[in-house]
Amino acid sequence: MNHENEIKTEAKKMVTRRHFFKDCGIGLSSMALASLLSEAASANPQSTSKGTSKGRNPQLNDPLAPKKPHFAPKAKRVIYLFQAGAPSQLEMFDYKPGLAKYNGKPCPPELLKGQTLAFIKPDAALFATEFKFAKHGQSGAEMSEALAHLPKVADQITIIKSMMTDAINHAPAQIFMQTGSMQFGRPSFGSWVTYGLGSEARDLPAFVVLSSAGGTSGGSSLWGSGFLPTVFQGVAFRRGGDPILSLANPRGVSREMQRDSLDALKDLNEHLLERAGDAEIATRINSFEMAYRMQESAPDLMDLSKETKATLELYGAEPGKNTYANNCMLARRLVERGVRFVQLYHEAWDHHGQVHKGVKEQCKETDQANTALLLDLKQRGLLDDTIVIWGGEFGRTPMVQGEPDGSNALGRDHHNKAFTMWLAGGGFKPGITIGETDELGFNVAQDPVHVHDLHATILHLLGFDHTKLTYRFQGRDFRLTDVHGVVVDKALA
Amino acid sequence: MVKNLKTFVILLSIAAACQFVITSGAASEQSASRQTVDFARDVRPIFERNCFGCHGAERAMSQLRLDVKRLAMKGGQSGAVVIPGDSKASLLMRRVLGLGGEQRMPFGREPLKPEQIEILRRWIDEGAVWPEWESGKSGEREIELPKHWAYVKPVRPQLPSVKDSKWARNPIDRFILSRLEKEGLRPSPEADKSTLIRRLSLDLTGLPPTLEEIDDFLADTSPRAYENLVERLLASPQYGERWGRWWLDAARYADTNGFEKDRDRSIWPYRDWVINAFNADKPFDQFMIEQIAGDLLPDATLDQRIATGFLRNSMLNEEGAVDPEQFRVEGLIDRVDAIGKAFLGMTINCAQCHAHKFDPIKHDEYYRFYAFLNQDEEPEIEVPTEAEKKKRAGILAGIAKIEDELLAKNPDLPQRMAEWELKAREDQVDWTVLENADVIGTNGVKFEELLDRSLIPRGDNPPTVVYYAKAKTDLKNITGFRLELLTDHTLPRGGPGRSTLGMALLSEFTVEAAPAAQPDKWKRLTISGATADYAAENSIKLAIDGNPKTSWSIDAGPGLRNQDRLAVFTPQSPVAGYDGGTLLKFSLEQKEFGGGAAERFEAPNIGRFRISLTTAPKPKADPLPPNARRILSIPAGQRTAEQRREVFRHYRTTVPEFAEANKAATDLMRRWPYAATTLVVTPRPVPRETRVFKRGDWKRPGEAVTPGTPSFLHPFPSDAPRNRLGLARWIADKNNPLTARVIVNRVWQQYFGQALVVSPEDFGMRCETPSHPELLDWLAVEFRDEATGRQGDGAINRDSQWSLKRTHKLIVMSATYRQSSTIKPESLQADPTNRLLARAPRLRVEAEVVRDIALRASGLLRLKIGGPSVYPPIPDGAMAVSFRSRSVWETSKGEDKYRRGMYTFWKRSVPYPSMSVFDAPNADMSCTRRTRSNSPLQALTTLNDAAFMEAAQSLALRVWKEGGADERAKMIYGFRLCTGRRPDEYELNRLLALLRKQQERFAGDTAAAVYVSSPDLNDLPSGVDLHNLAPWTIVARVLLNLDETITRQ
Repeated sequence: MNHENEIKTEAKKMVTRRHFFKDCGIGLSSMALASLLSEAASANPQSTSKGTSKGRNPQLNDPLAPKKPHFAPKAKRVIYLFQAGAPSQLEMFDYKPGLAKYNGKPCPPELLKGQTLAFIKPDAALFATEFKFAKHGQSGAEMSEALAHLPKVADQITIIKSMMTDAINHAPAQIFMQTGSMQFGRPSFGSWVTYGLGSEARDLPAFVVLSSAGGTSGGSSLWGSGFLPTVFQGVAFRRGGDPILSLANPRGVSREMQRDSLDALKDLNEHLLERAGDAEIATRINSFEMAYRMQESAPDLMDLSKETKATLELYGAEPGKNTYANNCMLARRLVERGVRFVQLYHEAWDHHGQVHKGVKEQCKETDQANTALLLDLKQRGLLDDTIVIWGGEFGRTPMVQGEPDGSNALGRDHHNKAFTMWLAGGGFKPGITIGETDELGFNVAQDPVHVHDLHATILHLLGFDHTKLTYRFQGRDFRLTDVHGVVVDKALA
Repeated sequence: MVKNLKTFVILLSIAAACQFVITSGAASEQSASRQTVDFARDVRPIFERNCFGCHGAERAMSQLRLDVKRLAMKGGQSGAVVIPGDSKASLLMRRVLGLGGEQRMPFGREPLKPEQIEILRRWIDEGAVWPEWESGKSGEREIELPKHWAYVKPVRPQLPSVKDSKWARNPIDRFILSRLEKEGLRPSPEADKSTLIRRLSLDLTGLPPTLEEIDDFLADTSPRAYENLVERLLASPQYGERWGRWWLDAARYADTNGFEKDRDRSIWPYRDWVINAFNADKPFDQFMIEQIAGDLLPDATLDQRIATGFLRNSMLNEEGAVDPEQFRVEGLIDRVDAIGKAFLGMTINCAQCHAHKFDPIKHDEYYRFYAFLNQDEEPEIEVPTEAEKKKRAGILAGIAKIEDELLAKNPDLPQRMAEWELKAREDQVDWTVLENADVIGTNGVKFEELLDRSLIPRGDNPPTVVYYAKAKTDLKNITGFRLELLTDHTLPRGGPGRSTLGMALLSEFTVEAAPAAQPDKWKRLTISGATADYAAENSIKLAIDGNPKTSWSIDAGPGLRNQDRLAVFTPQSPVAGYDGGTLLKFSLEQKEFGGGAAERFEAPNIGRFRISLTTAPKPKADPLPPNARRILSIPAGQRTAEQRREVFRHYRTTVPEFAEANKAATDLMRRWPYAATTLVVTPRPVPRETRVFKRGDWKRPGEAVTPGTPSFLHPFPSDAPRNRLGLARWIADKNNPLTARVIVNRVWQQYFGQALVVSPEDFGMRCETPSHPELLDWLAVEFRDEATGRQGDGAINRDSQWSLKRTHKLIVMSATYRQSSTIKPESLQADPTNRLLARAPRLRVEAEVVRDIALRASGLLRLKIGGPSVYPPIPDGAMAVSFRSRSVWETSKGEDKYRRGMYTFWKRSVPYPSMSVFDAPNADMSCTRRTRSNSPLQALTTLNDAAFMEAAQSLALRVWKEGGADERAKMIYGFRLCTGRRPDEYELNRLLALLRKQQERFAGDTAAAVYVSSPDLNDLPSGVDLHNLAPWTIVARVLLNLDETITRQ
């Protein structure tokens, strides 16, 4: 699907229609304007509703107007819980008794042939986890004791133990996971999805980014729009205060003054539109109105205290704090309001030393909230058409890492050959585990799923043929999956 | 059903991939009673529907045509595609099946149906019968492939004839008008004068005109008024900023390294070089050559070296544990990409993994191009200002004077010095450099070994680190270890350390030994002696005191610090060594620093070092600085005056009676000014071999290649060296069919919103046909060659070759440029995107200009040119997404708070939000085309961002003070400051109504009035009632947010 022409055609239609009014001597009547700016004229900018598309006016030159994908989608929106820094699959999902057997022995050299290692030396010893594992649910999904809550939803998630990626350093791997390329400058996953589907949010950005813990290695390119128009880029919410930069009026400017100002702006810009005849002016008028609606609705969105005590407890959320749990709850509130793609970052998993302790701590931070999010979405009937993604940018080595000076012992290095992610909702087949690794958890032994395959699969559930969601740039049709990607049929419900 | 079909195709491909035999199973057996394949009936329709679009007379991608028998059988860029009788060997089959890792054909479309593939297979296996007469239809077109237009050197086209000969002001208009007339369209009338001056000012200087400038222009009724204005603007220093910024997009200029660590870099001198080059109208061929190879020009000036910063604008990954070579390679790939896009309009990077899919660039040609750039070192050099140079000279002269006095007062000095030298020479012992060391660092620090066996850490520079070097030696009775800390031009200030000042701290030096036969039996040696050529405050012993919080410091203070240093460590008793060799493990602990607030100055870790061993008795550190030592090895009679001075300079410090003079000299040196630095390239002493990377993977090197340019383009100049300079001259060669077109095309884009070739970065076979191909060529030839005749005398004017200012003038003098931007229904219908230019475009101005307009209108703008990047206010919390805690944003004070947008510090991982939201490119890669979006976040920015609010407050104050007696006059004044024109009655009344309503709102609300009107509550505007000012502030904010204010009409 290539929307460029569509957008151009819309612009043309819009303007010719405007001229029709003018040429028929009606001028740019209030009636015509109301139709152009139906949102601006909307009496009640507070009201929001999930799944309605009347929030945006497709007539207008609005690249974010909701669009239909290639075929009937299973899922309409995405919540991506990005565990940045790369959590250890061996401490959480990929149980390897083989590692216990060879604990402390050097890794077999044939496994290491051609493998790039980041910090450790090839002679590093194999390292068994200290966590105990058990099977959970009817599906018998294996999880370690580090996860106290996720077992409750074991039958609702799809675990992929056979993920593979190309990069072994954080920034390139995060960029790869989010854009399908290690090179900067490509559109992010969320940008592709909003480019393809538009947005149903009438007063919020289409693609929202939340973060807890540290700043991400990949920086803002992780939610950048690359060569796609900038309107598709993710909007990073701030951690404290107003979520969106410059959302609040300057000090002393009241809500009424803001409205007065916008009314004047609208009148003056309409006056110009009538003379200059440029559709861009209409779009700008609409942008200002939508900005105002964002200002009006965001405080309500951010006010977690309106949630019930039971819900807050379910997540372990505490209003007013910047925690992962709060962000999970916020993610649900965002998708409820029609936001297409919510991306959480929790950059806290880079456990080069003390991986046991680190995983334990981070599970404490995140496990309950992840589980709560699934339960909450389900209870609200949102899980069926919302995809939830959990995972990092790569995995961690079966070999131990410690610094050569003896500090920071018992950690794990970066590993791209095998790691675990899980998915839920939106057409993923619940209660199954896909893929296996070899005896030592080094390589994928069965059903490899490359990052491109994961992208292809998620796009498939959103109603896209991943080979056809393209954008022409530099003479080439680019896509999220580059020239790769196979839909993982096994993962589909 | 569809799904089944797909599965079938996949199965088919898998089966074929195994054996490349399509089993004569179900599909073919069903049609067992088949007839022979008939080309005309069966094959040609498949070609027609699926292949001719790209492999026909029109496009001939990869130089393959399937519409003509002879050409189809000849094949394309990859060789023959049809081998009659052998479908297995026929590329055509592999490609339609998507085998061999290549893109499946037809590219970007539905795969062929299995039945169609089967027809092709049978046709080939049956001998690929293609009757001659079937070439008939296109037989007349059976000529050698015409070369893609962009690969043919442009020649000056004839000016087309037009009906309305009066409209055209210059040749540009003839091309535009002829096309309009062909489409039955009429150009728009000329825009009014106030629109024209605002348009010209924004286009040529990036700033709106002042009211005085507008008034002067409106009052000037002379025929030359417009041309005078154009010339004044082109001569304005703001022209260089405006168009310099245009170039910086393509040059991907930024102030940080990118990736996770995203450390600050100092490369603004390159940015200033660009601005100056534009202001001086440096001929564009020279401009290009200096950026690619300024350092290689004969007697290269500092400025020419600075220009090579173009190459250094690549990102650099310094994340922990990266492989430095991987990201060195990525940097080079980026440089090839940038050169391809900025100068050649060529997506050359598509040939990084395989031959280019569409353009005739072969896989190895990519690496031949890359080889030109693979021969460099990447220094950081000082760029002293004239004042700094003067001050430095003064200091050196002062010291020389002190020394001259010593020499004059002590006639016996030469004799004493000769004796000292004799003794000093005896101090020397032999050192054996440690070879083949296995070196690693904590925190994943990795090392590059140089030719002299010294080691340089690359990548992350963590707050604390230990370097370990392990090597085998056959020496016995080792009596000492020498650690040299060496300067290197790739280190900050030349090193030898990695701190911002190039300094290092060594907290502990330890050595362990083990028999080579038993590598686990490490024994820690007791180091009892430590001497150094220099140790601040006698700190050398702190490196062996067992306390990691105390260190040997090599910092000799300003002017003296960035020199080679060395220390010698001696074991309590000589290391006897083992038969069969001894393993030595050195650890260089650097743990004192530990980061914290000072981390932004970068950890003082060792930048380049080398370890040597000796067996001579009682070794100690040579007290002579290495440079003085080197001079001593030259026979006294052969030394230059400078060398003699250098020896004396050290000698005098060893003479106790000169203490006073020495102190005076050192005190002078303390005033040594540190100049700004910038990043450049310089050739490495030994060439580096370049190999093709198989599938673009740097870990899979293939055949070696030599530097060379793609063979389908003009030949490499025969007299040019095969290095970067040769490459630069090849790019700027007048035979280059691309460069001149590519540059003028991007210039055109800036004026008209879209370029003649809509993809300025891609002039390849897949680019859309130019809207006005002859105009493009005409402009390119005008730009590249010179004026012919238009100046009247027809004389060749060398000065106007490659003159960008001249090209600007040509464009803005045209009637095409001067048209009104009002949209007329009929042209909208015929040409919705205004490709044909029946009107001027309305363009929302660029991110930087959005800021500059607000600052100029409000009177806040400061027009200082150049210098380090600045930190205007940024919203709280905007930097929180940054990975590094040290990424703080200290808002600039004074005039730097109000500099033009282009001077804003550009942090790649967190680009300045209010400019990023207006589509300023990230600078991750070369950008030759900005997007122009229109979003609510932009509205929030210009409404609420503190910098824009301050502009509104300042504009209100300005209007109040300067705008005239009454509200009407004030309102007109403010409106003009923002839009450059007078408001009409409707606009005036609407704004006055807003003002009145705000006056009511603020009437009883002093607090709100103070807040709204004052940027700084500690410094309230004086001489004005804030109750009056506040409503004007609200109005000013509306004026600054008008569509027209941020639009070039």
